[in-house]
Amino acid sequence: MDPTGKMIEMPSAGGKLVLQGDWSIAHAARLARELASAPSDCAAIDATDIGVLDSAGALLLLNLAARSDLAQDRIALRSEHRDLFEVIARAVETEHAPEQARAPVWIRALDRIGVTCSSILRDGIGLVGFFGLTLVTLAAALPRPRRWRLTSTVHHMQQSGLDALPLVSLLSFLIGAVVAFLGATVLRDFGAELFVVDLTTYAFLREFGVLLTAILLAGRTASAFTAQIGTMQSREEIDAIRTLGQDPIELLVLPRLIALVIMLPLLSVVATLAGLLGGLAVATLSLGIPVEMYVNRVYETATLSHYLTGLSKAPVFAMVIALIGCLEGFKVTGTAQSVGERTTSAVVQSISTVIIINALAAVFFMEMGW
Amino acid sequence: MVSEPVIRISELKNQFGRQVVHEHLDLEVKRGEILGVVGGSGTGKSVLMRAILGLRPPQGGSIEVLGETVTSGTEPTRLRKRTGVLFQDGALFSSLSVLENVEVPLKEHYPELSPALRRDLAELKIRLVGLAVAAGAKMPAELSGGMRKRVGLARALAIDPELLFLDEPTAGLDPIGAAAFDDLLKTLQQALGLTVFLITHDLDTLYGICDRVAVIGEGRILAIGALSEVERFDNDWVRDYFHGPRARAARDTKAQGGH
Repeated sequence: MDPTGKMIEMPSAGGKLVLQGDWSIAHAARLARELASAPSDCAAIDATDIGVLDSAGALLLLNLAARSDLAQDRIALRSEHRDLFEVIARAVETEHAPEQARAPVWIRALDRIGVTCSSILRDGIGLVGFFGLTLVTLAAALPRPRRWRLTSTVHHMQQSGLDALPLVSLLSFLIGAVVAFLGATVLRDFGAELFVVDLTTYAFLREFGVLLTAILLAGRTASAFTAQIGTMQSREEIDAIRTLGQDPIELLVLPRLIALVIMLPLLSVVATLAGLLGGLAVATLSLGIPVEMYVNRVYETATLSHYLTGLSKAPVFAMVIALIGCLEGFKVTGTAQSVGERTTSAVVQSISTVIIINALAAVFFMEMGW
Repeated sequence: MVSEPVIRISELKNQFGRQVVHEHLDLEVKRGEILGVVGGSGTGKSVLMRAILGLRPPQGGSIEVLGETVTSGTEPTRLRKRTGVLFQDGALFSSLSVLENVEVPLKEHYPELSPALRRDLAELKIRLVGLAVAAGAKMPAELSGGMRKRVGLARALAIDPELLFLDEPTAGLDPIGAAAFDDLLKTLQQALGLTVFLITHDLDTLYGICDRVAVIGEGRILAIGALSEVERFDNDWVRDYFHGPRARAARDTKAQGGH
């Protein structure tokens, strides 16, 4: 085909349009340009000189005819193009989708805020409901030791507790060191470097030991619970459990919940020790405080009530993490994409809930003078 | 030109580790035909398709598609512009809407098209496969299995390919949906002059729309030809397949003039 020649030509005004060349997708952009300047007053179209016609070409040919309000029988086609043209014409006849009017930006922003708020509310109510359901199931299962899932519980204790031990201790050790460093930087100006020990002890006994463990487990374990249960949900395993007459809450949720309620306080004890050890490392290596003095100072500062206020939060955090992780797993719908979305949501929800509860508890304990 | 085969495979060898899937496999696909490829599970139908598409380099032999050698080791870029593929579950991009999915090949191969024209072409293809244009705004996760396959077909047809590969297009559809899909395929194939390489287990599809049938087994093409010839081929699997109760039922419906 002549690359410079016109593909749409009209020899005389108001007469017949003559088309030539290959009306295919490869030339569609050029055809569309010529089409835009084509006359809209022709009486007929002669398409018999077209070489190759494909569906893109047929669509453009129909557009050209529509410009002059031509009926289809005013288009002369080669017989081998006729079938294709008719199929495309039938498809185009069905009405166009109405353009959806988009609301102004501020309305859409309000809409998003509203949708998010109501979903947070719904999630909250759902979580409380799920908590209740789990408690009822627990109460029903407790008096019947034969229904306790010991193997499963121990398995989850290992997975979410023991296996997390190295990570939790390493990170707590590092945070302990950082807290001691920060304290030292400020307290050195007052010549009160020894109080670094008080700072580290207070911080880890009351807050960081438990909080750090809870945040780590929220990331590590809540996501694992959601992914495990979510995959079962998407493969209809949960439905299978139900049809076999078993209770998915008793079978899947209780072992995870009990395992975490036992393991999180234990882990937070280790985290507290590791944090104090981190402080000790900084104190002896960088501030020149002897080990004996550090340990004596810890003995003087640490009281049982400090430690118990800190540790009392651990079972609450454990429940929040386990319940959110399991509940998000049950919310998974068919697709693999949904498992990913729910897992993200579980981590975000459990970490933020843990931090919110911790803040509320801190205020409460302070007001109570504990 | 007309007699020149669109796909020519000779002495193809495929193996995974020590397990040989294909050996001395020869196959030719003619222009403008629907070739149905059948075979038991694990005979390597999908592996053959992936080899033809250049997605999996074979251990030996040569494959020529539309005059271009696929097995030379370089990416067959010209070929990508002339072929369309429908994978088993549609393989739609989950982060894009239906319309955007169909627009992807247009954007890639014909970037010079204006957005409006591209959208028109994509909508035309969505309507061609029998969906409402309104479906274009949906996300793949919202679609049923049958709709996903239709959208996959629309995407495969987006750039008006000469050669279409279909991997079990009717698997997982209900019989009515499967029959409708067969009709759609035949209509489009005739109107657009497509050559179709079709992997299937569906006897109705074979009897309904295939011009020729190739049977894969024992690592090679056991038999190829019109259905009436392949049916008579002397092999245990072929006999069980084409003369079982399901095949008889499919043949009967065909004889009654509809499917």
